[in-house]
Amino acid sequence: MPDTFQLEIVTPEKKVVDTAAAEVQIPGKNGYLGILPGHAPLITELSVGEIKYRDGGEEQWLAVAWGFAEVLPDKVTILAETAERPNEIDVERARKSKQRAEQRLTSGDTNVDVERSLNALHKAETRLEVAENK
Amino acid sequence: MANILDIRRRIRSVVNTRQITKAMKVVSAAKLRRAQERTMAARPYATMLTNVLKSLVKRAEIYDPETGQPKHPLLALREEHNILLIIVTGDKGLAGAFSANVTKAASRFLQSKAGKNIDIEAIGRKGRDFLRRRYPAAAMQTRSLADLESEDSDETRPEQGARAGSIQITGEHVGILGKFDFSQARALAESVIERYDNQEIDSVYVVFNEFKSVIAQRLIVEQILPIENVGEQSVRQSQDMTEDERKKAKEAAISSGIGMRSESPADQVAEKFATADVDYIYEQSPEELFRSLLPKYVGIQIFRALLESAAAEHAARMTAMESATSNATDMIDSLTLVMNRARQAKITKEIIEIVSGAAAM
Repeated sequence: MPDTFQLEIVTPEKKVVDTAAAEVQIPGKNGYLGILPGHAPLITELSVGEIKYRDGGEEQWLAVAWGFAEVLPDKVTILAETAERPNEIDVERARKSKQRAEQRLTSGDTNVDVERSLNALHKAETRLEVAENK
Repeated sequence: MANILDIRRRIRSVVNTRQITKAMKVVSAAKLRRAQERTMAARPYATMLTNVLKSLVKRAEIYDPETGQPKHPLLALREEHNILLIIVTGDKGLAGAFSANVTKAASRFLQSKAGKNIDIEAIGRKGRDFLRRRYPAAAMQTRSLADLESEDSDETRPEQGARAGSIQITGEHVGILGKFDFSQARALAESVIERYDNQEIDSVYVVFNEFKSVIAQRLIVEQILPIENVGEQSVRQSQDMTEDERKKAKEAAISSGIGMRSESPADQVAEKFATADVDYIYEQSPEELFRSLLPKYVGIQIFRALLESAAAEHAARMTAMESATSNATDMIDSLTLVMNRARQAKITKEIIEIVSGAAAM
């Protein structure tokens, strides 16, 4: 069996990644999935989180917010609304966004859409985490 | 006979104008090239998303077996009382009849839906100005996409009060077309879906310039909600380019070195996504996947409308500037001719004066 598979990550803006990878970890909706070459065909929704993959020796990180993945034995394709590399992340903006979400959640205002704010919080935290791996 | 000095002055002024239109054409061509690339880059994602949805349609029970009603609200056909119309025009002028054509098509559409309540979201300054003169603004406005500082639009939308008129403008989005990304399209899609879910609106249409390539464009009114058939465009009205427009666009494209292909190899790869003939393991049930994917489909359609309209606008401006440049050249030629004639006439007259003066001596 080949020891790599083709990994593609596509966003509405562009193709972010198109490479041979030996391993990828994706944030499935029901928990993180580790995928190695020869994986059974699988379709899953992604939640907010980090994608980690290895091409050659180096580990690469990406922050994704909602997506969708198709896994085939020799190919993994990920559709993501946003997929950012550590150096593309605007840390300042993520920090502000985190603050705003926290404020909303702790404000006690009943008009706050808790689910949305939690989602925003989660996104901001993921970005900050990924950015640290620069 | 015209004064030679005056003609010369006019020629100089036309030459200057031609320089400006030529420069604008080059700028538009460069912008068009970028816009075209973005449109192409967005296609694989859209194709893949559509493919997954199509394969899910086959697997998931989307229609209730007992009532025959779709289970997903975005598919449900309701009687059309309240309509949302999204109008995509340009922010800037000097693009021929680009924005005027869109607003004309929009007016036709509004007439065809006379008697119904219509909310309008205007994207682009030109369309906004046109609509403002005709229709009142709603009491509560959706936040302009231009002010969207963060992609996390976690603010709650204000309640809509009484209508300002049977046709009202609920949102104005000016100045986003020069620089936008997917987050704006998503924010608009989210607000549209929310209103649709709350039954404030029963259907959603977009009027925009579709752009496949420089020579394949058309102005369409597309229904994006309710979704009739996943993966198929629901075009309600369409207007192709005229032969003359196509010819002019082609000439302008050739002289600026713009390619006219509309397919890329990435499209073919995207076509295959999620269509492999295997039994997939579904981490979530097909129904659940379908439910979360469908709203994204609306987002990508709005994104596509924005991208294609932006590309079409640059193409229109490029074509307009190309004909302005060639008109200026024609004018310079004819003015030069007039000037040469006048000069010749003057010389002849002077010779006659000298000769007849000599003869009289």
